[in-house]
Amino acid sequence: MAALINVPAKAKRGDIIEIRTLTSHIMETGFRHTADGQLVPRDIITSFTCRYNGTEVFRADLFPAIAANPYLSFFTIAKESGKFEFEWIGDNGYSSTASASITVE
Amino acid sequence: MPTTRRQFLSLAGSATVAGTIPIVTLRPLEATPAMLTAAIRNVVGEAQIRTGKVKLDIPPLVENGNTVPMTVSVASPMTANDYVKSIHVFNEKNPQPNIGNFHLNPSSGRAQVSTRIRLADTQKVVAIARLSDDTFWQVATEIVVTLAACTEEMN
Amino acid sequence: MTLWRAIMVAALVAAAPALLAGEIPPDARRSGYTFMGPDTRAMQDDDTSNPGMLFVLDGEALWGKKTGAAGKACADCHGDARGSMKGVAARYPAFDKALARPVTLDQRINLCRADHQQATPLPYESRDLLALSAFVAHQSRGVAITAGDDPALKPFVAQGRDLFMQREGQLNLACTNCHDDNFDRRLAGAPITQAQPTGYPLYRLEWQTLGSLERRLRSCMSGVRAQAYDYGAPELVALELYLMSRARGLPMETPAVRP
Repeated sequence: MAALINVPAKAKRGDIIEIRTLTSHIMETGFRHTADGQLVPRDIITSFTCRYNGTEVFRADLFPAIAANPYLSFFTIAKESGKFEFEWIGDNGYSSTASASITVE
Repeated sequence: MPTTRRQFLSLAGSATVAGTIPIVTLRPLEATPAMLTAAIRNVVGEAQIRTGKVKLDIPPLVENGNTVPMTVSVASPMTANDYVKSIHVFNEKNPQPNIGNFHLNPSSGRAQVSTRIRLADTQKVVAIARLSDDTFWQVATEIVVTLAACTEEMN
Repeated sequence: MTLWRAIMVAALVAAAPALLAGEIPPDARRSGYTFMGPDTRAMQDDDTSNPGMLFVLDGEALWGKKTGAAGKACADCHGDARGSMKGVAARYPAFDKALARPVTLDQRINLCRADHQQATPLPYESRDLLALSAFVAHQSRGVAITAGDDPALKPFVAQGRDLFMQREGQLNLACTNCHDDNFDRRLAGAPITQAQPTGYPLYRLEWQTLGSLERRLRSCMSGVRAQAYDYGAPELVALELYLMSRARGLPMETPAVRP
């Protein structure tokens, strides 16, 4: 399943950069019923973490009120060239990762 | 002239304002359902919550409650000594009061987060920021959600 | 008032003799995009915030993946989709000579799977079928719609038009009553659009997923309390064909985002 990551490829040292992430997930609330009355069990992403060269720069706890295919946009200061790593963790042992590189001048 | 029902209600309303026996009770603006209050207390504890610093951007007329773009920003210099530790967003009428917790730090540079949320109905959304000095600031906004004309049954 | 209306109608007929009463002239055709608020438009405009692009990415992976008993990928026959698939979706549904009827893009993908990949058909509205058709249709983004131009399709376009004009369901409404006669007005809180299918498969905020035009048509039918046609039914294909021919000239937007 795909994820879309938007990190600027290049930035000046000290720039505040925006990071946007979008990932595939149904985010089933656990409050819906099927036509025959069965409760659809909850299946959501519960946690998102962004690390910049190994250091956590942003973290989010998500709840059923987050729409399907979770979108998150946040900011960080470009400090050095390297790698952003993204991790989504959820119900039923769900885990997915993505990464993006940045060159800081 | 006999008093009509409508006139009676409007009289009763003004009587409330005048401070006599309240016949028509209007829910006070700061009233929050117990679940919302409990969820907020779970995050802030007994700390005082002040109004201000936090801005909540949601379209004035939501086109579909299933996917609502939302941006929360906090007025903060985001320096090592004065920054936003976390932003917490809550709702009033979904089955569950929490929407998201977002953890920031001085290297965030800007205290602003965007996501897409679900709003089951027209309701109040509350965003609370915890600053580095452990003070809490909030904003509450009433969001109008239009219901789609034709919805499908779940299949 | 009656006289004024008569003059208006006369003027319309004089200006566009080929146009049938109640139909939208080409220069007045508008994508559903123009009926949306700025936030939903922004979601479609930026590929990194458009959730439909997640399906396009999945479709790209499927395009290159060998499948079925023949062990062939779409790419093994069609090569780079950016060239080979450009403009294809703007011509669908297209006439299939062997079947002697129009087939939708979804049906074409499954025909390809059966004939060339010896693979089982993908179910309607399954993630893989939506992803593949989104990836193929995305190659036509910006290309003007020309579906229905093939003369062999003429009777099927006419059938679709008849269905569009036919009242149905407990509400006794035809598609035309809302989408030709009352677009720009509102139904409950939602704006009524012209029903121009420019961006399918598209991401509907209501669905929180990608969906086909057939899914949309079926939900309109349950909206007027009519019995919806089954996926792939000749009536749905004819309606899809008429709608695409009615949107002639509008650019493809796949994957569009709609409320």
